[in-house]
Amino acid sequence: MKLARLLLLVLVVTSLAACGPSPVSGETAQAAAYIENKGSDTIVNLALAWAERYQGVRPEVRISVSGGGSGTGIAALINGTVDIANASRQIKDEERASAIANGIEPVEFVIARDAIAIIVHPDNPVGQLTLMQLSNIYSGRISNWTEVGGEDRPIVRLSRETNSGTHVYFLETVLRMGDGDSDLLFSMNTLLLPSSEGIINEVRQNPNAIGYDGLGYVPPDLKVVAVARDPGGPYILPAIATVNDGSYPIARDLYMYTTGEPTGVVQEYLDWILSPEAQEIVAELGFVPIR
Amino acid sequence: MLAREHMEKSKNFREYAITRLIRVSGYSAIVFVALIFFFLLREGIPALAEVDLGTLFSTRWYPIEGLYGILPLITGSLIVTVGAMLVAVPFGIGTAVFMSEIAPRWLREVLKPLVELLGGLPSVVLGFLGILLLSPYLRVLLDLPTGLTALAGAILLGGIAVPTIVSIAEDALDAVPTSYREGAWALGATRWQTIWRVTLPAARSGILTAVMLGIGRTIGETMTVMMVTGNAPVLAVHLNSLFSPVRTMTATIAAEMGEVASGSNHYHVLFFIGMVLFLISLAVNLSAAAIVFRSKKRAERVLS
Repeated sequence: MKLARLLLLVLVVTSLAACGPSPVSGETAQAAAYIENKGSDTIVNLALAWAERYQGVRPEVRISVSGGGSGTGIAALINGTVDIANASRQIKDEERASAIANGIEPVEFVIARDAIAIIVHPDNPVGQLTLMQLSNIYSGRISNWTEVGGEDRPIVRLSRETNSGTHVYFLETVLRMGDGDSDLLFSMNTLLLPSSEGIINEVRQNPNAIGYDGLGYVPPDLKVVAVARDPGGPYILPAIATVNDGSYPIARDLYMYTTGEPTGVVQEYLDWILSPEAQEIVAELGFVPIR
Repeated sequence: MLAREHMEKSKNFREYAITRLIRVSGYSAIVFVALIFFFLLREGIPALAEVDLGTLFSTRWYPIEGLYGILPLITGSLIVTVGAMLVAVPFGIGTAVFMSEIAPRWLREVLKPLVELLGGLPSVVLGFLGILLLSPYLRVLLDLPTGLTALAGAILLGGIAVPTIVSIAEDALDAVPTSYREGAWALGATRWQTIWRVTLPAARSGILTAVMLGIGRTIGETMTVMMVTGNAPVLAVHLNSLFSPVRTMTATIAAEMGEVASGSNHYHVLFFIGMVLFLISLAVNLSAAAIVFRSKKRAERVLS
């Protein structure tokens, strides 16, 4: 994964180099336009894909994309070393305060959304769960499918490794149900699989299993569970529409932050990112487009 | 005359240079091991200061919340290794006996390269086989909640250790003088009695070395176990734990080292785990050496 990103980065850099200013064109003023883009690892593939496609639109604008995590990106924004910071969470109040102390006003753009789908084996009769039930399953308080209306089978919990941002998001949003004071942890016998493929493989062949993964990674032969925020509430399947109207509870916004109201090439780039053409790439990569 | 002297001199110099070069490469192995161990110590020891011992030797491994209990990881590695040896020792020694004592010459010429080929299989390929074929099969066969268990890891690692054990044990059996077997046959022993009572005991030290090296090969294996053991950090205390998911030391280091902030507590604890792993491997190798040394002395005593 890391290697793939690195390769992609090299690809972008070299293609940018190839598209660099040619001495004949006489467009040297425009060719100097340069955008520094850094932050969330969740977004880095999307940001790279955008940067790459944007070369076809505006070959004279150079965009450099790197990952490192949401915190790294926002720290760089505060220090004024990037034009755009990528973040899979909102900027914290302390971060905003220290940015303003440095004379930088962070401006927020929601650029895509990310839904986490709950997946089970196609033969599993359980088709809907509440957030509370999911929390109880993953924390180990429920360990048989009968307790949530299924067959008499043990529940095998699958999760990504702890260094995955998705793992942390799932812990905070589902397991702890957004309660910052909660210290619930994943049940000790939760299987921690190193890749999305590992989770999908196990769910595909094991009727006891439950797993979660980014909506875009879920193949059609697995069963996606509808999730309700409240016990009585409507059970919602993850889809572009339900994520955008906020009814699917396990979805988050992905952000870009600029230093002050964007102007010039940065503004043009952000406008393009919100355009249908760029949002199509969002769907291709398995995220949810914002319109 | 002068030319000859010159030649002598250059020959001497060449001799000198080559001797030195060989000596340096001989010592370099020791130097590298010492350097690696020093590096592990330097990066791992701070863990003892940063994380209190009660936490470090607890049973919960959840590094993003500061829970660094390494006991489940150690027991995970041990149970997979024990399981792998239960598979590999009978298989490996059996194959070695068959190849050295029973099989006709042509079959042996075919078998030996095939077993060595098994040893060359990339572990990630074995991991794929484990995920796609072995673990679903084990789940159905043994009616387990999931097939991603210590057992799946043990079977595959057993497969990895077999070639090591076979090739060393076979050499040891080969080295047993033919006169031993002829003596046994002359006394009217059957082929099986000869193998069990004469040849195997005579080759004991070599076979023990084979087993020890097999253990060393198994405990350090990473990719396969990461793919098939489920990586749940559960303390494995019974042999029953073979049938549940475990998390090994190697898989933990491999999965987490890539994303950890350099110099953080988590980073130091991962190096500490590396240190523990290194010490275990060292202990296994030293005991293998000790066995060989002891049986050599014994053989000298018997022969004198």
